[in-house]
Amino acid sequence: MSTAEIEKQWTTRLRKRAHGHLPPEKLLPDTQPAYVSSWIYVFGVTTIAALVMVILSGIILALRGPQWWHSSSVGHFVNSTHLWSVEIFFFAMIVHLWGKFFMAAWRGGRSLTWVTGVVTFLTSVGTAFTGYVSQTNFDSQWISTQAKDGINATGVGSIFNVLNLGQMLMWHIVLLPLAAVILTAVHVLLVRVKGVVPPFEETNGASK
Amino acid sequence: MAFLWSLAALIPLDNYGHYIHWGVIDISVANFIVVVLMVLAFLAALFLPFPGRNRRKESR
Ligand code: HEM
Repeated sequence: MSTAEIEKQWTTRLRKRAHGHLPPEKLLPDTQPAYVSSWIYVFGVTTIAALVMVILSGIILALRGPQWWHSSSVGHFVNSTHLWSVEIFFFAMIVHLWGKFFMAAWRGGRSLTWVTGVVTFLTSVGTAFTGYVSQTNFDSQWISTQAKDGINATGVGSIFNVLNLGQMLMWHIVLLPLAAVILTAVHVLLVRVKGVVPPFEETNGASK
Repeated sequence: MAFLWSLAALIPLDNYGHYIHWGVIDISVANFIVVVLMVLAFLAALFLPFPGRNRRKESR
């Protein structure tokens, strides 16, 4: 194969593009700018840590099933770990969001980072909601029967039926977590591509 | 373990939830506490010094 042919291959082009946007030293940098040494930057990574715990405890719940998480003490423990990791996840995500809002972290071509954050947030709300209605207890029956009228009033009920436990469970353990994890990965990669946004005084007021 | 159970008994979970009504705002006390904690965590993150900050400055 000639060099020209190799240059035209999609694998070669994709590798060069990926390497151009995100060379390994940008993907996993050794140092960060001085202004990053603040507690406010800890909340993004706390959100990732909580998400990892949510997924790991969720995997164990999926392996053993509802009977187990309702009736055994280890099952209760893993169920609680799942719930409390979610609480920490949302807590950290919202403090992270406030931090990014007040530093206007969408400046300098970082709007997609903000937008992927927003979409991840909405996806997470959907994941939590489908989780609440998938518990298979009186709580989940109450929540789904209360929610159905609201959701049906929007018309979405025709394709998203909160009283359909099978459908809600699939959304909760397959579709939405997959979307949340992919979105989070894209979000963090975008931060790496652009680097952490500089403080206001260092942008000369030019970039928006 | 028994000790932990007795601690849990301090929080009555078998009653109706408590709600705060404030104009158009209706929020359960539990959710309100979480919002207050988030605001406190946000302020703490802004004002508490980050460990290692001075050491890093010196090495520059
Ligand atoms: C699953 C949820 C989320 C995770 C795991 C996550 C994680 C992260 C991480 C690790 C960073 C880089 C370090 C840092 O500044 O903390 C970051 C940056 C950022 N996040 Fe998030 N985030 C999430 C949700 C959100 C939300 C809801 C928003 C706003 C709507 C948001 C907006 C941003 C922005 C604008 C940056 C860029 C900051 C910069 O360039 O300096 N994120 N995120």
